[in-house]
Amino acid sequence: MFAAHAQLRPSYDVVIIGAGGHGLASAYYLARDHGIRNIAVLDKGYLGGGNTGRNTTIIRSNYLTAEGVKFYDESVRLWKDLAQDFDLNLFYSTRGHFTLAHTDAAMRTMRWRAEVNKHFGVQSEAIDAQAVADALPMMDLSCGGRAPVLGALYHAPGAIARHDAVAWGYGRGADRRGVEIHQQTAVRSIELEDRGSGPSVVGVVTDRGRISTRKVLCAVAGATPQLLAMVGLKSPIYVHPLQAMVSEPLKPWLDPIIVSGSLHVYVSQTARGELVMGASLDPYELHSTRSTFDFAESLSMHMLEMFPFLSDVKIVRQWAGLADMTPDFAPIMGTTPVRGFYLDSGWGTWGFKATPVCGKTMSYTVASDANHPLIEGFGLDRFRRYALTGEKGAAAVGH
Amino acid sequence: MKLMTCPVNGPRLISEFVYAGELRPAPDPATSDDDTWADYVFNRSGVAGIKHEWWCHSPSGVWFIAERDTATDVIMRTFLYRAPGAAE
Repeated sequence: MFAAHAQLRPSYDVVIIGAGGHGLASAYYLARDHGIRNIAVLDKGYLGGGNTGRNTTIIRSNYLTAEGVKFYDESVRLWKDLAQDFDLNLFYSTRGHFTLAHTDAAMRTMRWRAEVNKHFGVQSEAIDAQAVADALPMMDLSCGGRAPVLGALYHAPGAIARHDAVAWGYGRGADRRGVEIHQQTAVRSIELEDRGSGPSVVGVVTDRGRISTRKVLCAVAGATPQLLAMVGLKSPIYVHPLQAMVSEPLKPWLDPIIVSGSLHVYVSQTARGELVMGASLDPYELHSTRSTFDFAESLSMHMLEMFPFLSDVKIVRQWAGLADMTPDFAPIMGTTPVRGFYLDSGWGTWGFKATPVCGKTMSYTVASDANHPLIEGFGLDRFRRYALTGEKGAAAVGH
Repeated sequence: MKLMTCPVNGPRLISEFVYAGELRPAPDPATSDDDTWADYVFNRSGVAGIKHEWWCHSPSGVWFIAERDTATDVIMRTFLYRAPGAAE
């Protein structure tokens, strides 16, 4: 599916660090829309082996801030014809997305999100408990009597897709346009020079040799702090693991995607019948993709509060990814104080759905050395200015 | 379940503890400029390593410091905080 390259070239126009969905999408749009094809995409592991292959594949645009809603809505629009674009089946499946509210405070946030969404033309509406009961007859609306459902935010465009195929589609499209994908290639350091006007990128040193380049795009999720240290930049990013798990395959019974912030559950059923389930972040900093029994136990408990009939169903796989979290639950994207060093980071637990629009906006940003208008609310300097983009009400738990 | 040793109550389940971030010296708010203060409020040392962290044993309310490797989750030691310059 991809050409293997025995050696790195001595120089590239752009070096992209991280061969996940975001890095490969950026390479794809740089080659397709901006005519820049002399690109290397480096990955210390394998293509799509990071958070692209570790998330729970939910795609939605029912965010809380104007910046977020516009950005994710553009992503949903791009998702819809991506399979055509790639000539590859992404199993993109529009399911409808219910974010359950179990408290008055949550209902208030749902109404708020619905109004912001509708203002920007995104289909979301706050619905009451009876409407939830009609739409989700398979669910115990009392949630075991502990957290009765009062209503929900219903978002019709909510979808899932096959995550591996997204990385393969972007990777193959980039590869066919001359982009070189170098897996098993770790970055050791990034070379800077300063001729009086501030630092700028001149090269990248890898474990397979040195490369000259003026532009580096960093799209490495949980490894972002390490790369920032290489160029002397500070950031608010902190890394916690995010775990997920899947059940054995079942006959189709769950069409929509269901999220409960109070019960820390999000769940959907894949095309092959597995229930894909996730919960909230691990509670403390850790740079390890280990799994814990505590996670499987507590997520199973909450799943049974919603769906008691699943008590005999087995969990077959469990895994984790490293989430690069930010204080305001919005990403950190765009140009940086280091000329030629571009960031696509701070994607925490909400990055998969943004893959296409990140590729679009970061390719524009790298090609023109200026931030795309859609990412202006996501700059690294917003923290110094105390101008945060508060997205926690829509990004936490409800992925 | 993973265990952590509270300096007062001994080894307990990790679920009894609350993590409260790395121990960091605060700049003097009266004399620091806006950039220094924003750096303290927002920026973190996100790279994996051995760090001193604030933790709380939540059932007893004991706050203490843990020395922990954030790459491996090995807890080297835990001890009660003593302010710099405090008497032995």
